[in-house]
Amino acid sequence: MRRPSDLALPGLVTLLLLIGTALVLHRHWVYEVPLIYGETQTVWSLEARIEFTADGGPVKVSMARPAEQSDFTILRQSGASPGYGLNFIEGADPRAEWTVRAASGAQELYYQVDVLESDNWSGNNFPAPKIVSPDWQDPYRTAVLTVLEGAYNTSSDNFSFARELIKRFNQTDAPQHIRLLRRAFNGRMPNLMADILNEAQVPATVVYGLELEDGRRRQLLTPLLRVWQGGKSQIFRVSDSPDEELPLLLWEQRGAPVLDVIGGRDSRIRFSMIRREESTYSALTEHTDTGQSLLNFSIHSLPVEEQAMFKTILLLPVGALVVCILRILVGLRTSGTFMPVLFAVAFMQTSLGTGIVGFVLVVACGLFIRSYLSRLNLLLVARISAVIVTVIAIISLFSVLSYKLGMTEGLKIMFFPMVILAWTIERMSILWEEEGGKEVLIQGGGSLLTAALAYWAMQNPVVQHLTFNFMGVQFIIVGLIVMLGAYAGYRLSELRRFASFRQR
Amino acid sequence: MSRFIAPWTLRSYGILGINRRNSRYIARYNPRRLFPLVDNKLKTKLTVHPAGIPTPAPIGTVAEQSQVAGLSNLLEGHAGFAIKPSKGSGGKGIIVVTGRDGDEFIKASGARLTISDLRRDVSNILAGLYSLGGKPDVAIIEELIHADPRFDRFTVEGVPDIRVIVCRGFPVMAMMRLATHASDGKANLHQGAVGVGLDMATGRALNAVQFGQTVTQHPDTGQRLDELEVPDWDALLLMAARCYEVTGLGYLGTDIVIDRDKGPQLLELNARPGLAIQVANGAGLLPRLRRIDDLSDAELSAPAEERVRLSQSWFGSVEQTVQS
Ligand SMILES: Nc1ncnc2c1ncn2[C@@H]1O[C@H](COP(=O)(O)OP(=O)(O)O)[C@@H](O)[C@H]1O
Ligand SMILES: [Mg+2]
Repeated sequence: MRRPSDLALPGLVTLLLLIGTALVLHRHWVYEVPLIYGETQTVWSLEARIEFTADGGPVKVSMARPAEQSDFTILRQSGASPGYGLNFIEGADPRAEWTVRAASGAQELYYQVDVLESDNWSGNNFPAPKIVSPDWQDPYRTAVLTVLEGAYNTSSDNFSFARELIKRFNQTDAPQHIRLLRRAFNGRMPNLMADILNEAQVPATVVYGLELEDGRRRQLLTPLLRVWQGGKSQIFRVSDSPDEELPLLLWEQRGAPVLDVIGGRDSRIRFSMIRREESTYSALTEHTDTGQSLLNFSIHSLPVEEQAMFKTILLLPVGALVVCILRILVGLRTSGTFMPVLFAVAFMQTSLGTGIVGFVLVVACGLFIRSYLSRLNLLLVARISAVIVTVIAIISLFSVLSYKLGMTEGLKIMFFPMVILAWTIERMSILWEEEGGKEVLIQGGGSLLTAALAYWAMQNPVVQHLTFNFMGVQFIIVGLIVMLGAYAGYRLSELRRFASFRQR
Repeated sequence: MSRFIAPWTLRSYGILGINRRNSRYIARYNPRRLFPLVDNKLKTKLTVHPAGIPTPAPIGTVAEQSQVAGLSNLLEGHAGFAIKPSKGSGGKGIIVVTGRDGDEFIKASGARLTISDLRRDVSNILAGLYSLGGKPDVAIIEELIHADPRFDRFTVEGVPDIRVIVCRGFPVMAMMRLATHASDGKANLHQGAVGVGLDMATGRALNAVQFGQTVTQHPDTGQRLDELEVPDWDALLLMAARCYEVTGLGYLGTDIVIDRDKGPQLLELNARPGLAIQVANGAGLLPRLRRIDDLSDAELSAPAEERVRLSQSWFGSVEQTVQS
């Protein structure tokens, strides 16, 4: 007896796989998106989003925009702003200027730029700015002079002078006068240092940079110290825990204000960014896919902020595929079918080791507290709510503890999906009562293993490159999932379970 | 590699795997809309009752948290009873009370419970702790089934139940599940009950397993298991076969218990019966199921008595090996 679906199924799978492959190849050939990650150059799409409240009259918004610099080449830029006139002012101090006759209420302006990571820049340096001697109020004046003298004596030139200064301000047991300054200039440290350098007749100013990390949203600029020595200049990071490995794009290089709004108030600027791999050819020929044709249906036509979100969403099918494989082919038992995928997403934020340690710690503590709650005879909804609060408390506690112990890694535990953790704890504690600790270990271990494998697949750069750049890959994944859904053979676990038939 | 078996060997024994069971048997023979009928024990009781299939007599149900306080009134005058979630499975949330001592309730294992322990169980049941998908549930309280004395040495602290797999109205395989101390008076295999495969023709024991390992004696009483024989075997199979007409489910696990006084009673029906029955029988389901797959419409419309007779002749101990 054959059901109609017995025949329809291979057809559907073939169709899905064909469509998927065709879409992938189309994008590869027509839009020159490389299939293999590596033969490419890194392009960052950056989006600045300016928000402010207009007063009702004419508005003029002027924003600094990045110029060519040693690590980046500017590829293409554009602005979006309904009703506004937009002008790109070129020159040594490039800016974008939006103007409108009358505007009122909340306003949003966008500026988007693609920059290419490259190091073949031989432009000339900016000349040093004029030195402005600040005048200090008294308790600070003596403090400033003391630091200045110390740093000056232990340095040989302007750059080492700046480095000494930064070191002094960041040391943990700082002397009295440093602590005084730190407290008074809290949040304006780069400005303070620039002023101190100016005081010593060293040309210096505060510039602004953007730390580039794939998928970041609502990011702020990082203030940096720029110091000149003769015709050369150097950039210094001021904060004590900089992510040194992240590439740094200088958004504003001269010490001018980043954003200047006339005719509006409460202005702020946020940045979103996303990394793409493009073939050298398409990156350099300004081959923009403005995607009018439906065939080039790609999420790259969305604003960068949404693209960044999609980057994770498009990876979820990969996680689902991993779950399908582990459940249908292997027969792994997990607590909650797709919960491991959510944990895998959390692991992508925390890194695998921290994630697993954090997960085990939180669940173990949660189980302990939950075993007390079970003696109170609470109703289910109240009990889960109590567990959620407990989970939040545990996570806060771990965050504070790890911070105090100097393990900033531990702070990332905050990325855990708390409600889901609470459910996991509840299920596991029931499981414990009903079937004993062994089953909890089996299912907990199964969940962790699934999460780790899903994480491994989802953070793989090749996989990320394929899912983000090729919509066709999604069709292929669905095809594979449908194929797995029709698999009627044995699971790996059943080869174990029924092993007793060997002796018969 | 001694801990694994090759897939082709497993195939040659005709073992049914979960994937095939789900896609070829459950999906094909069990219409989704009929699932609630068997996933809800209260509905099962109400459905099979008019057809004259006996089930344990209900004492009452608790459907609201506000009724939990009145639990002791409901239990008044009942020395033995079982509390179970209507939508539960796998023995979860079930408490079997066999007697009382003052204010305390005594479980089959001898453990003692207070009324507040029972209230908590009922309250958890209502909140949906044991139901599929955590949906709110109803607690059923029914009379205690007294095990047939003929089984006394085969089971401890609980009634044994008999699982019969019925495919399109034909009983294809059967096993008896014997409660052990480990399974706490419940006859659920993964909780440690012993599964004994039964000869379809006679109701005699073929082979026995506990936790997936072959056993020859009951782990608590030492009783030799090959002496087990289920009384009224043909009547029991008939009852199982008739569940097909009543529910319309073509791939069904029926759980039947034999009460000391009232004879066979239907405990519950299962639309996704487990695969461990194959281990207990030392035989695979596939050859038998294939035989049912290939039946003609005339054979399928035979009355229940005829179907049982055919099944017994096909699947009884003098079974001819069916090529898979
Ligand atoms: N009324 C009862 N009297 C005695 N034992 C019972 C009773 N109801 C259930 N049990 C025991 O509990 C076990 C599980 O009950 P069952 O109704 O099959 O629920 P489940 O769907 O959870 O398996 C049975 O195998 C039996 O041993
Ligand atoms: Mg049962």
